Amino acid sequence: MSSFMNWLDARFPASKMWKEHLSEYYAPKNFNFWYFFGSLALLILVMQIVTGIFLTMNYKPDAATAFASVEYIMRDVEWGWLIRYLHSTGASAFFVVVYLHMFRGLIYGSYKQPRELVWIFGMLIYLTLMAEAFMGYLLPWGQMSYWGAQVIISLFGAIPVVGEQLALWIRGDFVVADATLNRFFAFHVIALPLVLLGLVVAHIIALHEVGSNNPDGVEIKKNKDANGKPVDGIPFHPYYTVKDIVGVIVFLFIFALVLFYAPEGGGWFLEKDNFVPADPLKTPEHIVPLWYFTPFYAILRAVPDKLMGVIAMGGAIVFLFLLPWLDRSPVRSIRYRGPLFKIALVLFIISFLALGYLGTQPATTIYTMAARVFSVIYFAFFIFMPIYTKLDKDKPVPERVTFQ
Amino acid sequence: MRSFIIAAIFAFFTLPAMAASGGVELDHVDIDITDQASLQRGAQTFVNYCLSCHSASFMRYNRMAKDLGLSDDQVKDNLMFASDKIGDTMTVAMRAEDAEKWFGVTPPDLSVIARARGTDWLYTYLRTFYLDDSRPMGTNNVAFKDVGMPHVLWEQQGYLAKDEHGELSVAQKGDMTPHQYDQMTYDLVNFLAYISEPSKLQRMALAKWVLLYLFIFFLVAYPLKKAFWKDVH
Repeated sequence: MSSFMNWLDARFPASKMWKEHLSEYYAPKNFNFWYFFGSLALLILVMQIVTGIFLTMNYKPDAATAFASVEYIMRDVEWGWLIRYLHSTGASAFFVVVYLHMFRGLIYGSYKQPRELVWIFGMLIYLTLMAEAFMGYLLPWGQMSYWGAQVIISLFGAIPVVGEQLALWIRGDFVVADATLNRFFAFHVIALPLVLLGLVVAHIIALHEVGSNNPDGVEIKKNKDANGKPVDGIPFHPYYTVKDIVGVIVFLFIFALVLFYAPEGGGWFLEKDNFVPADPLKTPEHIVPLWYFTPFYAILRAVPDKLMGVIAMGGAIVFLFLLPWLDRSPVRSIRYRGPLFKIALVLFIISFLALGYLGTQPATTIYTMAARVFSVIYFAFFIFMPIYTKLDKDKPVPERVTFQ
Repeated sequence: MRSFIIAAIFAFFTLPAMAASGGVELDHVDIDITDQASLQRGAQTFVNYCLSCHSASFMRYNRMAKDLGLSDDQVKDNLMFASDKIGDTMTVAMRAEDAEKWFGVTPPDLSVIARARGTDWLYTYLRTFYLDDSRPMGTNNVAFKDVGMPHVLWEQQGYLAKDEHGELSVAQKGDMTPHQYDQMTYDLVNFLAYISEPSKLQRMALAKWVLLYLFIFFLVAYPLKKAFWKDVH
């Protein structure tokens, strides 16, 4: 065995990579609950790719047969229903996990220097994931697939001068049609997954270059022992591999509960209207985007002008990219932040969740007013961040991480 | 706090269902797709009264035979009027153009109608046809205003009339008592729920084994983690 490894290592850095990324990658020992979601996101990515490959074997990207081919998978393909539900429930689980993962970065300041690029790559993954989910949702070719795509693509029409031509170019037809389905299929099954995989590799390489942050926001590389290994660090393998397996089991248990007992997620994961085949002549009563887009959809609708709405929606995501430079506090973790940041964060969470709810509701006068208020809070969190993080009364940060 | 969270989760999951009812109060029905006798009765009603106009073109006869505990021959002799191959799906002979001419709209395929409309809606719809002279078929429906479909089960239910308060009352008695008719529509809705997702039977049967496996896996993995982490201080 060792002679084989010697042969291999002389030609490929197998042992070197194993050490660098697993057995000698020193992670802080004080990771808590919030640190499960990175490995869970990776697990779901693999699951989506594997189930996606099997779905592709029976799915037909053709407006005339797409809907029927999904039902064919659900009924006639051996275990097809399980593969399809793994994929559809997996999509929602992906966003749940990614949102929690991002929230972790937010409360422990993981985006701050020197981890700006880790955050930027992560945001790019999030953006690509949204495009991936949006295009994947067209494929079942149900009413909500169709009209959701129609609404979102028409947003590009709001761009001055070139807008209408751009929307036409994206659709490949004057309405969402077979041409749109075909290109979305190509993007969903190959183009965007390739981008995603590349970004995930970049995200992890950047992370392992600078090292993981932790709930105390203390830099563990500052305290090294005689061998040059961080005193508060433990090798990722075996410590965090055995710990993450426990996280994976708990996650899979909850995931299986949804998948087996409520795969429709009460109409949020698989919408009722999507069991009606796409009909270009019949608009559904309420067109609601998937739940993970609703906060941004609410911001879009809150602005009276369509173009300004699109800009606001884009801005809501651009601000997230800028977090590392908006945050002026010398402290990373919420544990040692002052009251201003804590208040701002609570308001931000409330407004994000409220916008998410409002995005699912019809735009009545009261709801639109509420969406405007919460949109203002959402943006205020970012716009005033350089001020309140600088003024804040942060607490002293300990030298070492706190453990047990 | 905990009850608040449970209430919030409950509200979250029931909101879309409420939005889908379109303001009409629906009668609730608890379906049970493991009740084979009910599914068999529902299948009989379905092939006799629905399958002439509505297809269920994703549903195969032999799959139905297997799941309903019937032999292929029993299905062939009693439930197959529209086709003669047991592996066929439940299609109809009526052409879409003709259907549109006769009813104003092509009767929708019913394969996944229970997932699109919900079982409460179907149960309400099938029981709330009422006399309305302004409609071409002479009937209207509480759950589906100005529906193109006539009251196909009028022989069984009879005819209802709607007064100015929206209350329904019997205008002409049918062959069945209201209770018998409710039972018949229950079986039919149950059958529609079954054909909307036949794999649900497998799904429900498999679930507990997957959960049990994960639980046992946890009993191994958690002590393993504890053992490894003993020397971390």
